[in-house]
Amino acid sequence: MTDASIDTAPAAGGKGSLLGSDARTKKRNAAEKRFRLYGMAAIAIGLFFLLVLFVSIIRSGAPAFTRTVVDVEFTLTQAEFEAAESELFKTKAYSNLFIQKLKSQLDAAGVEAEFDESAIERLLGKVGSTLREFYRANPEQLGQPVDFELAASSRVDGYFKGRVSRDTLQDSRFLQVSDLDLVDRLEEAGVIRQAFNWPFITGADSGVDNPGGAGIGASVVGSFFMMLVVLALSLPIGVAASIYLEEFAPKNRWTDLIEVNISNLAAVPSIVFGILGLAVFIQFMHLPQSAPLVGGLVLTLMTLPTIIISTRASLRAVPPSIRDAALGVGASKMQAVFHHVLPLAMPGILTGTIIGLAQALGETAPLLLIGMVGFVARGYPDGFIAGFTEPNSAMPAQIYTWATRADAGFYEKAWGGIIILLAFLLTMNIIAIILRRRFERRW
Amino acid sequence: MSFAKLTASTLAIAALSASAAHARDQVQVAGSSTVLPYASIVAEAFGENTDFPTPVVESGGTSAGLKRFCEGVGENTIDVANASRQIREKEIKACAENGVTDIIEVRIGYDGIVFASQQGGPAYDAFVPADIYNAIGAQVMKDGELVENTYESWAEFNSDLPDVEIAMFIPGTKHGTREVFEDKVLLEGCKATGAMEAMMEAGMSEDDAEDACLDVRQDGRSVDIDGDYTETLARIDANPNGIGVFGLAFYENNLDKLKVATMGGVEPTTETIASGEYPVSRPLFFYVKKAHIGVIPGLKEYAQFFVADEIAGPGGPLANYGLVADPELAETQFNVANEVTMGEGS
Repeated sequence: MTDASIDTAPAAGGKGSLLGSDARTKKRNAAEKRFRLYGMAAIAIGLFFLLVLFVSIIRSGAPAFTRTVVDVEFTLTQAEFEAAESELFKTKAYSNLFIQKLKSQLDAAGVEAEFDESAIERLLGKVGSTLREFYRANPEQLGQPVDFELAASSRVDGYFKGRVSRDTLQDSRFLQVSDLDLVDRLEEAGVIRQAFNWPFITGADSGVDNPGGAGIGASVVGSFFMMLVVLALSLPIGVAASIYLEEFAPKNRWTDLIEVNISNLAAVPSIVFGILGLAVFIQFMHLPQSAPLVGGLVLTLMTLPTIIISTRASLRAVPPSIRDAALGVGASKMQAVFHHVLPLAMPGILTGTIIGLAQALGETAPLLLIGMVGFVARGYPDGFIAGFTEPNSAMPAQIYTWATRADAGFYEKAWGGIIILLAFLLTMNIIAIILRRRFERRW
Repeated sequence: MSFAKLTASTLAIAALSASAAHARDQVQVAGSSTVLPYASIVAEAFGENTDFPTPVVESGGTSAGLKRFCEGVGENTIDVANASRQIREKEIKACAENGVTDIIEVRIGYDGIVFASQQGGPAYDAFVPADIYNAIGAQVMKDGELVENTYESWAEFNSDLPDVEIAMFIPGTKHGTREVFEDKVLLEGCKATGAMEAMMEAGMSEDDAEDACLDVRQDGRSVDIDGDYTETLARIDANPNGIGVFGLAFYENNLDKLKVATMGGVEPTTETIASGEYPVSRPLFFYVKKAHIGVIPGLKEYAQFFVADEIAGPGGPLANYGLVADPELAETQFNVANEVTMGEGS
């Protein structure tokens, strides 16, 4: 070491002191500081947009989680039950009976508002199906007074949530301004109130005239079964393909060609896979239409390249010394891969898989062609196997369907559906993170 | 490896389900997005009121639906195609080539097409087809001559209309609605303004002139909307001067946001559309594959339920949503009950 003393005066000719910084160093330091600021600004902008997104999603979607209900005590006699059951449009008959009784109850209670039976009909949602379902399941309750909590119509619901106001409401057969007086009176009497919207989380899709009855539950199940298919097929196939390509395959023109094609496949628009699915799985293999099985198969094709690419990258990231050490102590090539390389690559593989699954979860376009968009998620499947084969929709398809419907009530549901979709995605990610933590190893 | 087990079980499930595919028990419907709302109302009610499973109704458009309908007979094809226009000769032929010969045509009612603008926008109260043609036709009559359309404001050709920028949002060419809009508004307007006559005088044949009448200007004043009415509504919301083309049911569901203009002096209501006074309306249909009746449980019952008085008649849930009930419903009911196919009977 030279014994240069620290208090040597700066020599002439551009040699600066180690204590004070010269102009060029200052410039470089300033550039670094600026770069850090750019980085922070970028993150801040990103966070700001994320915040805006979350706030707008939650603000628009939160109303979907509450609903307006009417609490009424109702008695149905055996004779009325039989009369209603003999009609073609049975739910309408139940609904008419209910409206008549409610009117006489309100008359008796002396509610101070002008109303008639059609006004009550406008206030109520589709009550007929709830009533029919209840009495068909519990015939012993016929003739007994039963307390019902029935959904109000979508516009009354909108009135409570501020979507419908007296100033902008136009009289129509859906709701009239005068009906709102009755709603106010009923609210004072505690008959109409807001409640948590369980049917939205657990229910199935409904007809366009019944926004209050629409739920996302059935399509969550549809998405779940699709993800099962995608996971069960694309993970083993993808991992096997990449292990072979990365560790065993000779490097020649054929493997190069395959490699290029896999990269290209990852960039193919998803709708193309939908057309392929329609032609191969439905028209050629005769698998059922609108089934989560077919949806899952189509999305598997879409997810495979993503998984293969990320798996290969993480296999490559395992240091060669690990392989060499394993081979050096006498492991076979397969033992080296499965005992040493694959466990170390697992976190990377899981990350790739979760990215692929998240992409597949949000996909609507390919589902359009295999019949999963429309009025499809009408109920829960009858069992595990039926979950794959019975027609069902998926969450993004359900959200899209709702967003295109005329009634503003469905628009709110679409936003609520986005919240559920994000929650589903978050759950998937958390599971992946937990698994990754368990697999994480240091070397 | 557990992967192997997972894969094996999935393949087993796939195999099982492939055999299950031959036991479809729900009615499968696809087609027009205009008919979809009505079909979904009926499907829900059908599931609630009968012991059959709720039918599956997909959208995708009239042409796509009829194409799938005509793919052949069998459980992997659809049973019912919804259509916002009548099936074409070409499509009937394509059907026949694939063995779909007996088709039952069911007319469910009428749909009105309305012109609406933002509640707070300028007073677009009354239109005649000529106004719409002058606003968005490619070639219009100006001072007795046929010229490229350069109108900027509505008042330029009709002083009763507000002096604001022309901005129309019309259904894209893939919509069944576009066809009705062209036939009942653009063509009528073209004739009324004398543009068609001028085109024919300029040497066009009648067919060519009719086609030329349907061209819309490409300078951005007329925008094709390929999405749904919700997209049109969003455009209208953003543009106070905009006028959109909607279905009657959609408009009635959004009365607080939209106001409607009369066409030829007639206000669009269920009554004026049923009586035929309101000029821009069209029938809606669905087509049933007769070969599937008796094979797919509930297919005939679904069709009968759809056209029953309680459902499709006045006061029923479809009319309540905005469908204009068909005055000749009884005949349709008879045809469905007796499985009268196209070409047979009346």
